[in-house]
Amino acid sequence: MNALDFLPEQIKDEKTTARFYHQAQWTERLIFELSQPGQRGVLVPEVEPEILAKDPDPLAALPDKLRRKQPPALPEVSQVHVLRHYLRLSQETLGAGLVPDFGMATSTMKYNPPINEQLARSPKLSELHPLQDERTVQGILEVIYRFEQILKEISGMARFSFQPRAGSHAIYTNASIVRAYHAARGEAERRDEVITTIFAHPSDAACPGTAGYKLITLYPEECGYPSLEAIRAAVSERTAALFITNPDDTGIFNPIIDKFVEVVHTAGGLCSYDQANANGLLGITRAADAGFDLCHFNLHKTFSTPHGSGGPGAGACGVTESLARYLPVPIVEFDGQKYYLDYDRPDSIGKVSSFYGVVSNILRAYAWAMSLGADGMREAAEVAVLNNNYLMKKILEIPGITAPYAEGKRRIEQVRYSIEELTKETGIHCLDFALRMADHAAHGFLSHHPFVVPEPLTLEPTESYSKTDIDEYAAAWSKVAAEARSQPELVKTAPHQSAVHQVTEHDPFEDPDHWAITWRAYQRKAKVRDASK
Amino acid sequence: MPSEEKQVGYPYIANSVPQVKEQMLREVEAESISELFEEIPDRLRLHRKMDLPQPFLSEYALRRHVEGVLAKNVSTQEVISFLGAGCYQHYVPAVCDEVNSRNEFLTAYSGRTYEDHGRFQALWEYQSLMGELLELDVVSLPTYDSYQAAATCLRMAARVTGRKELVICQPIDPAKLSKILDYCRPGLEIIVVKWDAETGLIDLAALERAISAKTAAVYFDNPNFLGAVEIQGEQIAELAHQQGILLVVGADPISLGILASPATYGADYVCGDIQPLGMHMSYGGGHAGYMATRDEERLVQEFPTRLVGISPTVVPGEYGFGEVAFERTSFMKREGGKEYLGTMSNLWAITAGVYLALMGPKGMTEIGQAIITRARHTMEQINTVRGVKAPYFPSAPFQEFVVNFDATGKSVAEINRALLAQGIFGGLDLTRSFPELGQSALYCVSEIHTLADIKRLVNALKGVV
Repeated sequence: MNALDFLPEQIKDEKTTARFYHQAQWTERLIFELSQPGQRGVLVPEVEPEILAKDPDPLAALPDKLRRKQPPALPEVSQVHVLRHYLRLSQETLGAGLVPDFGMATSTMKYNPPINEQLARSPKLSELHPLQDERTVQGILEVIYRFEQILKEISGMARFSFQPRAGSHAIYTNASIVRAYHAARGEAERRDEVITTIFAHPSDAACPGTAGYKLITLYPEECGYPSLEAIRAAVSERTAALFITNPDDTGIFNPIIDKFVEVVHTAGGLCSYDQANANGLLGITRAADAGFDLCHFNLHKTFSTPHGSGGPGAGACGVTESLARYLPVPIVEFDGQKYYLDYDRPDSIGKVSSFYGVVSNILRAYAWAMSLGADGMREAAEVAVLNNNYLMKKILEIPGITAPYAEGKRRIEQVRYSIEELTKETGIHCLDFALRMADHAAHGFLSHHPFVVPEPLTLEPTESYSKTDIDEYAAAWSKVAAEARSQPELVKTAPHQSAVHQVTEHDPFEDPDHWAITWRAYQRKAKVRDASK
Repeated sequence: MPSEEKQVGYPYIANSVPQVKEQMLREVEAESISELFEEIPDRLRLHRKMDLPQPFLSEYALRRHVEGVLAKNVSTQEVISFLGAGCYQHYVPAVCDEVNSRNEFLTAYSGRTYEDHGRFQALWEYQSLMGELLELDVVSLPTYDSYQAAATCLRMAARVTGRKELVICQPIDPAKLSKILDYCRPGLEIIVVKWDAETGLIDLAALERAISAKTAAVYFDNPNFLGAVEIQGEQIAELAHQQGILLVVGADPISLGILASPATYGADYVCGDIQPLGMHMSYGGGHAGYMATRDEERLVQEFPTRLVGISPTVVPGEYGFGEVAFERTSFMKREGGKEYLGTMSNLWAITAGVYLALMGPKGMTEIGQAIITRARHTMEQINTVRGVKAPYFPSAPFQEFVVNFDATGKSVAEINRALLAQGIFGGLDLTRSFPELGQSALYCVSEIHTLADIKRLVNALKGVV
């Protein structure tokens, strides 16, 4: 099948049909294969002769064993070729800036405003050392302090720490605070269980698990969330906390969330609200209103800081007044005259990361919040939810696709769909479907594991995108669903218009004799394989 | 107030257009936006407008506001800074910023190789370039920072050995130690070994007493927190390995063009921060933790983080990429996975790759030499100031060293205040975290400090003490 066969039809009316797309394909070699001995990418400032003359061998004081014998076997590449190499790789990357990135769901791929990027890259932030005298960093401390006030109002919580460097890091930090709270009450040993739900992010299980807790995982009823009976049965004198997302990956809001909190509180446990998916709730409902003791936001989701190819993000942990003493050190305080870092917090869990977290993302998030205000953030939430329900309407018009649980009910920020009926009819699985969507400039996140929803695909349109974007995206789904019926081989062998084609072998990823995580390992293993042939 | 009545067309919200919203509402058969929230019970609703500051609706007003606040900062570009202690001021080549500002890399997230082939290649190349620097075959995508990298390597070592004790050698950054305690304490015992007061290096005899067949891992930093190059790595590795203990070494990657990789003297895991490799300091926002080990299945299978692998595709000669042994992660097994996985620090991995590609073997050698030479010169010059002792310890430094002011009769705080008035950020005041060192400060010098900068510092010190 020649991709160009599609072209004339696509161009006719691109607003209502799937867009024709072909990714850049540079067949770019590995950086090591570009090496030309003697080429330089950048030169190091020369040491002044006056210094060098006095100290011709600065390593003389070190034992021979500590001196590197051979320079590292890095490639030697001129600057123009390094830049060109990475520009080509960037063109072979489907950044969220290029598309309505609905298919990277649960990640809130909203617009990342360039103004915030420019502000964060100002030397007045980028060239600050974290241990400078407080008098020289009043501006950035003020930003951190002001943003804390904003998050306090959005969540209803009393204090925040921005030290976690991503969402899961914030969940871990909250688990650590839970541990400190029970330890202070002499109950750390006894309270060794954390309750979560299967549709909550894997980190809501894995982070408390890493912090030493045993997990109890609740499964949803037909309504999309666990029953009150299930949570009542799960709590005991061993309950340390509940770690729960709402809405979780289905986009269904759990309307008895406050009852869950009551049950856990009655049993002596704390409740931690995963607000990674808070984008549809800004100004609508708050963690504190449901009685939570802790919550966290991902600044790289709701607050629009870019995802950076997988970080750095930023996590914000919010807690009630009574838990504030356990927050990581330091926190930013204001004495009416100046901002300062408060390390004098004897009950703190200590440090969870270096310095104060990803401060540039705190600034980006602050700028985003200050560009919208209360009305604008509520508008963002409302439009995100409108977009999601509109997209759901379009997707559910496609035969063979359903949205399991809570049929007929509205969803908040995202929806986990199932193509199971389509799979039964055509043999096309959700992964095949997702890979064919790559030919339409789309990512295709399926679901976290395990797949409770059969043949899952999850979509989250956020507030950023237009009705036309949604129509175009839904048209691509419709087209791929039709192809599943008419040309299943085309779908199964996709992508056809990406920079790279299907990887069919599993050995390179699962077999220790084959996997190659670095160029040196690749060369070594290739040699062994060649020799054995 | 229903948003339909608002007049603002928000630039970041495309459908912030009343007619469009009405049309979409009709399509979803809703009377109003609030109907879409009907699943949220009234008792959980916020029945008022959020009490937030007035927004800066125009981009210009926002810029004025934020730049106005940031103007209160004094950046290291405006002064000469001798601060280090875990965050380092190096020159960031322009190409590093050019690449990490590319919107495609900046805004991508965690797609597959089929949508993000270029991102995968750049990340795999990061692993590979670091592998050459470290002389190790396995480098994972980075975690949050050097603290997390150290803590995770220690937990990996505990799982590999099935043992419960960790031995941490001082001197170590007290903040990093605090993180390690928080992260490793569930189920693990941590023993801290005091340094040798004479040399500032590891006290081998004390270390020998601390380890046993119960020890999972020994950890030390090289260079250590107080700047000295630890020269006993080989003996420590031998001591550890004799008892089946794994050795974890934290190393500053910018030193490894001239210093031996810890892997060559016996480290089983090498970890640290890639911030020096092309990341701005950003008030501590530029960190990312690297972790590396040998290519042994038992070691690889314990990583919680992503490991990108390379493979052929259906097209001969084409490289494809994917995730190695992904079943080990919490994304696959929730609490049954290794620790946990989430968003980490990949933009900085791509950037560190760019940095290493630009520098090449000669650049990494030259920058190591430039740093150590300038640091030694600065140390010698400071030592000429009356009453000032540098270095405090007789051990060889790489880029940092302790300067002691006891004989001047002045406190570090006083001296740093006086230096600040002359546009110099003096070294980190150690009096609170290391009281046993008296009035001491940790000075850091890099390739960016010129002869003139160093003279300025020394002259200023002469005037102050």
